[in-house]
Amino acid sequence: MLADRDRIFTNLYGLHSPGLEAARRRGAWDGTKFFLGKGIDWIIEEMKSSGLRGRGGAGFPTGLKWSFMPKQSDGRPHYLVVNADESEQGTCNDREIMRHDPHLLIEGCMIASFAMRAHACYIYVRGEYIAERIALQRAVDEAYAARLIGKDNIHGYPFDLYVHHGAGAYICGEETALLESLEGKKGMPRLKPPFPANMGLYGCPTTVNNVESIAVAGTILRRGGAWFAGLGTKNNTGTKLFCVSGHVNKPCNVEEEIGIPVRELIDRHCGGMRGGWDNLLCSIPGGSSVPLVPAEQIIDAPMDFDTLRNLKSGLGTAAVIVLDKSTDIVRAIARISYFYKHESCGQCTPCREGTGWMWRVLSRMAEGRAQKREIDMLLEVTTQIEGHTICALGDAAAWPIQGLIRHFRGEIEKRIDLYSNNPHSEPVLMAAE
Amino acid sequence: MANRRLAPAAAQPQTFAFSPENAEWAQGQIEKYPEGRQASAVIPLLWKAQEQNGGWLPRAAIEAVADELGMPHIRVLEVATFYTMFALEPVGRFWIQLCGTVPCDSCGARELKDYLQRRLGAPGHVSADGNFSWLEVECLGACCNAPMAQINQDYYEDLTPDLLGTLMDDLAAGRPVKVGSQVGRTSSEPLGGAETLTDATLFDGSRVGAWRKRFEEKDAEDGSEAGRAEAASSEQRAAVEPKPARPDAGRAVGTAATDAPAQRSAGGETPVKSGDTTAATESTVQPNRPAHAASEAIAKAEAAGSEAGTQSALPRNAPPPQPATSGASVDADAPAAPTKGN
Repeated sequence: MLADRDRIFTNLYGLHSPGLEAARRRGAWDGTKFFLGKGIDWIIEEMKSSGLRGRGGAGFPTGLKWSFMPKQSDGRPHYLVVNADESEQGTCNDREIMRHDPHLLIEGCMIASFAMRAHACYIYVRGEYIAERIALQRAVDEAYAARLIGKDNIHGYPFDLYVHHGAGAYICGEETALLESLEGKKGMPRLKPPFPANMGLYGCPTTVNNVESIAVAGTILRRGGAWFAGLGTKNNTGTKLFCVSGHVNKPCNVEEEIGIPVRELIDRHCGGMRGGWDNLLCSIPGGSSVPLVPAEQIIDAPMDFDTLRNLKSGLGTAAVIVLDKSTDIVRAIARISYFYKHESCGQCTPCREGTGWMWRVLSRMAEGRAQKREIDMLLEVTTQIEGHTICALGDAAAWPIQGLIRHFRGEIEKRIDLYSNNPHSEPVLMAAE
Repeated sequence: MANRRLAPAAAQPQTFAFSPENAEWAQGQIEKYPEGRQASAVIPLLWKAQEQNGGWLPRAAIEAVADELGMPHIRVLEVATFYTMFALEPVGRFWIQLCGTVPCDSCGARELKDYLQRRLGAPGHVSADGNFSWLEVECLGACCNAPMAQINQDYYEDLTPDLLGTLMDDLAAGRPVKVGSQVGRTSSEPLGGAETLTDATLFDGSRVGAWRKRFEEKDAEDGSEAGRAEAASSEQRAAVEPKPARPDAGRAVGTAATDAPAQRSAGGETPVKSGDTTAATESTVQPNRPAHAASEAIAKAEAAGSEAGTQSALPRNAPPPQPATSGASVDADAPAAPTKGN
């Protein structure tokens, strides 16, 4: 188990004050000026050597992403945009950072903005997180009052931080849709290239990072990239907030090393599996966008990017949804399909039409009201959607269904058989004698 | 996509104007964005208008916000119909948004839905007393506290039908209610308290500044003081042991090369194999490649992925660059490892 002294989010559960004084005692804003004085190259090098991979789901190396920003300004301002539009099913870790450890996030924004030569940063909080937004704004105001940030701050690098919010669109978690939304438009993803690092917010160089990726930056610089790289496994370094939900005895958020086996994660922190490990049906290990993994494969699998990719799934946001044998798995995946139907922005035809089509077919399959050949047809349609849309929402809608058919085709067929064996729900009418 | 329409004309108020304090607040929002980019404030302003109008957004408010920001009406109408948190029809005094996605669904959101259906009828309708209306919504992001519902602005977590019923009774009667978990959890810690984060030194400030040691040690290594001490000790050694140490030129001392061209020619083999030269050429050419070519390849791979909570194409198809090991110095501009595809 990860030792307490190696945890980054020490106020994860909000048992202590989120205020500036308490945050400073926990180590936030400690030596920020010293690190800024070490220079941009040193900061980016340290982030690269930490091996930190973006925590928003794609797992792109954060230090590398920062280094894509132009080295020379051509007159346009640079922007950092923090993606706090946390809407992936099963994911609720950024929420805890914003309301309980906001100063780690604000400090990270300062460091990251400095490293990418940005003087302004927007944090895009999802609209539903109203209390979290207020908590974050309070912390920002505290930081301004203490002159930690602002035009004329004690760090000697002019920096403004603004909290912006959305209004309930999942798609705005996609980086270019988020930028569109921040510009006051519908959240429809943009074609890339041009990439945000060249043309992002208001046509200026922009980097979009997840809350957790930014919030760990201060601690990584303090403890050193080597410390962070020493945790976790090769290529999958550091700690991550895991959100365990579903059929475990005590669902919770917990910070753990990447690469912890699922069994250990749940036994240590979540009070074990509901009804024992034999009761595990499957798990969705990285938020609803990744395919499910059946019990026998997931149970002792290390939770890291590479292992889960080899299991044809992914670590995503490390939102572990655990499902036991009482789950109607076809119906559960149909519910996920409904989610994507609801959240499709409607820009690309394969996604706009396909997500609804897949949901309708899966809903029939959940009742058994389908033909067996439709299973292959459904699989075929998912591959027609996957990779044929501007953003990854099409992929995210296709993958859970592919996972279902890969591992639970028998379950769908069983239902179709049951339904066709009992074609009438009404009792058979008997002729009167 | 969600199918959303404005409320029928009969329900629409004729005019809408921000109250003075809200108008002032709106100016504060607009100032957050650069000159000429005031359209960025459209979501916060619509949100405030909805709040002022009792939880729903009439056409008049949409047009008022458009005029305030100098935007065409249709652009603001687009935004209002795209984002699902804008209620376009009147809602009850308490607007219940029940999360129905998989983590909540597997923990009992279905029972809550049945309960609301029994008590309030079909979703989207205001109850007869005007107190409640409800809707099943997509993930609200409190999955470790499932099942949950958002009532007006607050989250109510760890619900059961009974707890929800009591909560609704209390709200309707104006009694105080507890926001957040309804079973006594502070936030998303395990029920009954966490076993982690118990180390008192995390919170008493005793670890502040501990990191400075790392830099002080490093300074001592390349600093002058340590250098002087080493020079002094080698002088002493030279006095006792006059023979100068043979420089090893950076090679490991005492291990003979096992496969060198000189040994091969002594053994009667061809001293240089053709494979050796190609390997050497490749390895010398590799670092001299333009750094931006590799960066571009990574940027292309990044295009396929996104931060939307999905696995990008990059981790699926190509391994990410290896993190540099500690102590190794890598040029900040160069990618940490060569990537495929260029």
